Amino acid sequence: MKWVTCAAVVGLMSIGHSANAEDKLTVYSYRQAFLVEPIIQRFTDETGIGVDVVFAKDGIAERIAREGRLSPADLVLTSDFSRLVELVDKELTSPVNSTLLENNIPVQYRDPDGQWYALTMRVRNLYTAKERLGPQQMTYEELADPKYKGKICTRSGKHPYNIALVASMIAHHGEAEAKTWLQGVKANLARKPQGNDRGQIAAVKEGVCDIALGNSYYYGNMLKDPEQKVIAEAVTINFPNQADRGAHVNVSGMALARYSPNKANAIKLMEFLSADVAQKAYADINMEYPVKVDVAPSPLVASWGQFKSDQLPIFKLAEYHQAAIKLLDEVQFDL
Amino acid sequence: MILGLARSWSLAGYTVAALLVLPLFALILQALQPDEAIFSHLLATVLPTYIRNSLLLILGVSLGALLLAIPCAWLTARCEFVGRRYLQWALLLPLAMPGYIVAYVYTDLLDYAGPVQRSLRLIFGWSSPQDYFFPDIRTLGGAICMLSLVLFPYIYLLARTAFMEQSLSLAHASRIMGCSPWQSFWRLSLPMARPALAVGVALVAMETAADFATVSYFAVPTLTTAVYDTWLGYGNLAAAAKLSAIILLVVFSLIGFERFARRKQQLFQKQSRIQATDLYPLTTVQTAVALGFCGTLLFVAFVLPFSILLSYAISYFEQSWDGRFWQLSINSLSLALITSLICCLIALLLMFVRRSSPRPSDALPSRLASTGYALPGTVLAIGVLVPLTMLDFAINDLADVFGIKGPGLILTGSVVALIFAFCVRFVAIAIGSVENSYKRISPSLDMVSLTMGQSPRQLLWRVHFPLLAKGLFAGALLVFIEGMKELPAALLLRPIGFENLATYVFQFVSDEKLEHGALAAIVIVLVGLVPLIYLNRSLEQHS
Repeated sequence: MKWVTCAAVVGLMSIGHSANAEDKLTVYSYRQAFLVEPIIQRFTDETGIGVDVVFAKDGIAERIAREGRLSPADLVLTSDFSRLVELVDKELTSPVNSTLLENNIPVQYRDPDGQWYALTMRVRNLYTAKERLGPQQMTYEELADPKYKGKICTRSGKHPYNIALVASMIAHHGEAEAKTWLQGVKANLARKPQGNDRGQIAAVKEGVCDIALGNSYYYGNMLKDPEQKVIAEAVTINFPNQADRGAHVNVSGMALARYSPNKANAIKLMEFLSADVAQKAYADINMEYPVKVDVAPSPLVASWGQFKSDQLPIFKLAEYHQAAIKLLDEVQFDL
Repeated sequence: MILGLARSWSLAGYTVAALLVLPLFALILQALQPDEAIFSHLLATVLPTYIRNSLLLILGVSLGALLLAIPCAWLTARCEFVGRRYLQWALLLPLAMPGYIVAYVYTDLLDYAGPVQRSLRLIFGWSSPQDYFFPDIRTLGGAICMLSLVLFPYIYLLARTAFMEQSLSLAHASRIMGCSPWQSFWRLSLPMARPALAVGVALVAMETAADFATVSYFAVPTLTTAVYDTWLGYGNLAAAAKLSAIILLVVFSLIGFERFARRKQQLFQKQSRIQATDLYPLTTVQTAVALGFCGTLLFVAFVLPFSILLSYAISYFEQSWDGRFWQLSINSLSLALITSLICCLIALLLMFVRRSSPRPSDALPSRLASTGYALPGTVLAIGVLVPLTMLDFAINDLADVFGIKGPGLILTGSVVALIFAFCVRFVAIAIGSVENSYKRISPSLDMVSLTMGQSPRQLLWRVHFPLLAKGLFAGALLVFIEGMKELPAALLLRPIGFENLATYVFQFVSDEKLEHGALAAIVIVLVGLVPLIYLNRSLEQHS
């Protein structure tokens, strides 16, 4: 019996421990806490509003859906566009109308109803081996060209970044052509899809393959890291499809939770994240392209040059999200 | 068996078990929902590969872990050789390593871009992957190796205890009857240890079925990765629940098969202690082989990955030292402690009911309660959230009726959900451990104490408990270590602002930057080591 009492007491104490302060904001984040926290810390310093960040790689939308009207979440941060749309589809967001947000974020990077706002852009680049290929004017379509057989590396096709790329191929070429393309890419792979974008760059350096798919900021972060710099320096960054539609772009973003207990402060945080200080921090800390037009990317990112980005409306990517996953399974891309 | 055991005992058992299967029940309900033909699409495309990979992985890891564990257990329990006393506890060390960290470290080491292949290329002048053959670590085989390395101590621990507690007179008798030491091992010790081995293999199989981090890192698609995919990629919970049901089916049929094969065995033996003088002395050559085997295993499964972690931690110390370490460690520790305490109490209750009840159906609660272990953490998290959220809403609605301000999410928003999930997942370890210890308590003891007028409760506390203490303690420590390492459930269920070591490390692993989280990973391992050493000490003192 003593044990039971002990357990009960400890249990109750731990409930007490987790009780949440009323005025604090709660952010559910798909993005790693170490990326988000330095920026949020500045918000707290400036406004005195405390913020708790809960990081989860998966399942945040599910969690908010379950929590329903009792959900403590105020704001959701995502690293990918499809997650934003998923939140809207499940009716977990609430619209925000703020002139500040509308001024800061260009119209193609926010929902017409204000259900979500993008924060940064990330380009799906092609990296080529500096010594073996050098800079290439390539297209995503050429990845399926038999002349690159055994030369291409990528992470899992099921990663949101690749799903979005496949979705954009479906949007531009239709499902049947996208499938042929995907089969061609699979046939050209040097190895089974694995690792993350950084791992693909390392594979190029080691000669496993000559061309790798990867988001721009991974390359930037590698160049900043003294231990990984040598690896990143073995590749050239290329912006695909510059001669036609432009490079595929995905966005990270934010959405106000539908049952946010603290909407006013949450909107303040959203505005802060869209403003110069935070946008600059995103650019400098994580090497991403800020959405706010007058905030310059970091000098390193800027040194990769101007590029043309795919003007396909971002919501199209969401439309073909499911079709893209099905296609990836059909061609058994990861197997 | 107590013929007149009050029904309240059974009722208590069933209540606890019902609570523990609640998440599973919620999942089955989900699985029955329509899934918009996602499941049939999967079946037509990738599911056969997933199922094949899962089966091969579970069988491979079970076999691999057995092959690694049995020699070690036998050598350290029954033979005398130099270094035995150290190996005895050192072989438990790999248990403190989370599988995905070992996988990460080895991938770094053995990948094409890793130092091993790089230096091979340098030495032999190869320049491309076509020039030579090197086994690819990111394969099914690689995953089987990694998981066997971190999971074999489960079997080792249970098998060693079984070997140590085997009555020596039987061994002597077999030798007098003309068995060679090998024959005595094959025909006597091994079959007698089979219940313990079975429990160990079952734990390993379930742990393997639930593994997500390692296989996803290795890009080996299994049913568990498919569950993630379907739930989070296709956004379809019903199809995901259907896949989870297949996983459970696979695991349960494996366990059921083993139980069926063993159905006619009944093993009870007197507790006996193996004295130092009873150990079988090894010759020099034999010692060398024994040391070589155990030593290599220890090096590969623990020493090497740990030293690599250590070197990461040292070279990235400045970037990764964080004032929150104490808080993270305390969170991890208290969570694991509470979980192991509750799991032990539950295991004790359920197994006592099973043993003492005259009603055969009372074996059911302990069986049911063990099912949670096979649930992958994310799946379990969904299963836990469904009933607890309903309860949360009920509480708040009730508060509304009385005009009080509702307390909010007091269950799903607090550590309660987390502790509940951990208990559902790990109670099987405690139950297995207690079950195993019960097998070694002769039923005649129960009869004696009942004849002497002891009540069932007295029988439990005064007779069974002291005899089970060792098994219970071992179970508690295993649950504790698992609680320190468990990740997916912690990620999804933790209350706001709650971070423990595992979730902290994972954010770096998920970004393939373990170097920055190595310090925290080392803390997980070190905190896991303390109970391991303790566990071994307690086993030592008894033997």
